[in-house]
Amino acid sequence: MATFRDWLIDDSPASPMQARLGRLYRIFGALMHNPLAVIGAIIIICLILAALFAPWLATHDPLRQALAERLLPPSAAHWMGTDELGRDIWSRVVYGARITLMIVALVAVLAAPAGLVIGVVSGYFGGWVDRILMGITDIFLSLPKLILALAFVAALGPGIENAIIAIAITSWPGYARVARAETLTFKNSEFIAAVRLLGASSIRVNLGHVLPLCTSSMIIRVTLDMAGIILTAAGLGFIGLGAQPPLPEWGAMISRGRSFILDQWWVATMPGFAIILVSLGFCFLGDGLRDVLDPKSGEQR
Amino acid sequence: MADDSTTTVAGPVRRRGATVSGHRRLVAAAGFLVTLAVTFLGLLAITFFIGRIVPIDPVLAVVGDRAPAAVYERVRVEMGLDRPLTTQFVSYVGDVLTGNFGMSVSTGRPVLEDLARVFPATLEMATLGIIIGVLLGVPLGVIAASRRGSLLDQAIRVVGLLGYSVPAFWLGLVGLAVFYARLNWVGGPGRVEIFLDGIVQPVTGLLLIDSIIAGDWEVFGNAVWHLILPASCLGFFSLAYIARMTRSFMLDQLSQEYVTTARVKGVPERLVIWRHAFRPIRVPLITVIGLSYAGLLEGSVMIETIFSWPGIGNYLTVALLNADMSAVLGSTLVVGAVFIGINKISDVLYRVLDPRAR
Repeated sequence: MATFRDWLIDDSPASPMQARLGRLYRIFGALMHNPLAVIGAIIIICLILAALFAPWLATHDPLRQALAERLLPPSAAHWMGTDELGRDIWSRVVYGARITLMIVALVAVLAAPAGLVIGVVSGYFGGWVDRILMGITDIFLSLPKLILALAFVAALGPGIENAIIAIAITSWPGYARVARAETLTFKNSEFIAAVRLLGASSIRVNLGHVLPLCTSSMIIRVTLDMAGIILTAAGLGFIGLGAQPPLPEWGAMISRGRSFILDQWWVATMPGFAIILVSLGFCFLGDGLRDVLDPKSGEQR
Repeated sequence: MADDSTTTVAGPVRRRGATVSGHRRLVAAAGFLVTLAVTFLGLLAITFFIGRIVPIDPVLAVVGDRAPAAVYERVRVEMGLDRPLTTQFVSYVGDVLTGNFGMSVSTGRPVLEDLARVFPATLEMATLGIIIGVLLGVPLGVIAASRRGSLLDQAIRVVGLLGYSVPAFWLGLVGLAVFYARLNWVGGPGRVEIFLDGIVQPVTGLLLIDSIIAGDWEVFGNAVWHLILPASCLGFFSLAYIARMTRSFMLDQLSQEYVTTARVKGVPERLVIWRHAFRPIRVPLITVIGLSYAGLLEGSVMIETIFSWPGIGNYLTVALLNADMSAVLGSTLVVGAVFIGINKISDVLYRVLDPRAR
């Protein structure tokens, strides 16, 4: 193992592959020294595991109603109690991890590449392209995200797919700004000029050389945004515009438990703890990633 | 957190000759107004666009689906839906500028009238929220920075991150269950008890001020009693953000050489922190507070739903659930416009107050 480690931290890597793996290894090592980042990573790994192994972790069928067992407090049989239809809350929270993970993954997949492309194009070409694209971006940035998402869902109709689309529509501008700023710093550097002198087309320069350099700041930004995305999705579910019943979405579950908050507090509070835990996990990890990948802004904070 | 990088204290020092500054300022002001106008137009374009993608056919909503084709066509022309989109957009902008936001299906009144009635309630809650946020957030941030790495600093950091992780509606719900139902320290949902509702003549629409004007201290006390919990929940989110930003601004300042100089000269630590390091961060803090205030107007949507607070957030959620698009788009426009307005005002304040940005 020691030799593999030596190969990873070699100062003069023999191949791009070795350089890349070595960099990943160093980032990983630095992250491991940041306690909050480790906690965040553990929480997110748990979320992913819960989503993958939901059928094995759940003690009951999340959708099976048992009216004889409605509103039972937490016990050995029902770890988080049962809801107003006798469904096991622990099992629903575990299955809810799938929905949350799907929402954040889809928003990231939709919004991040869109923002990345818009930002890189804007920064690389400059001039009128830049003015128009950044004008649109700034308008979106200056609007309240949640209200905009609410209005889009109202127009598209309630449902989890439309909630994801609405959140993605409100999230891309931040990524476009980050990508543009990064592009501007690389645009005039010598290695880009060298690639252009070799006759590479602007598409090739951007795809092959500018885009990859933006990824680390994009990863930071996306991770930091995850908590906000989870909260917005839960909020939409809570109002009744996101995931629809009987889907075990955490926000919708809190909404159902609202009427029982005084006597059966567990119905509404348990899914809330799940939301807080997962959002905190993304915040911790995002903070840690920023400290490691972007030391300029990180070390001060 | 994500915005940490957008507002930093130390910017490049820009010096401009005094002779050209008057002219430049005029150009800058004109540029600012153009940006403002374009941003508002953008907001209108977005709400217009949202209004067009609604899957419900607005003509069918009026005539019903059994109407003959001729009636359908006549109503379509009357509603102006046969005209090109650009013409429709121009008349939409005209409508909004003249205060015609359409009729609300759920209340049966003009949307603008509804909004004027509900907005003060939101303003009152958000204002108390930001006051709580500033009064607690700024000292917490300063303390965290001055004891960097201590347990207290870590605790404040976690509180700051909780502000990004706790769902507002959940916090309100738990707060209501604990402080109202269990402890009975605060009033329940609504602005005042029902038997006190409508006693005070609305002048400003801000109940606290109206009850002072009327001299009705019972209503005033009851209103405070009801306002304190939702405003604290809302204030928690601005507290988290403001504390985080204050901490990072203070750390920037405390690492500067002038602070070391002051310490070497033997200035007491308390004075170093409050008189030396805190002064320069007041200007960027104004921007942060402005951003946070605008965010609270938005965040009040969830809190108002929980507390049955008769503000714009509650109005918006009711409209959303009834697919009352005129009311939804009207509320979006107003919240969006206020949001943009506060952001721009704090931008201007920053430029006016920071000598380097002049």
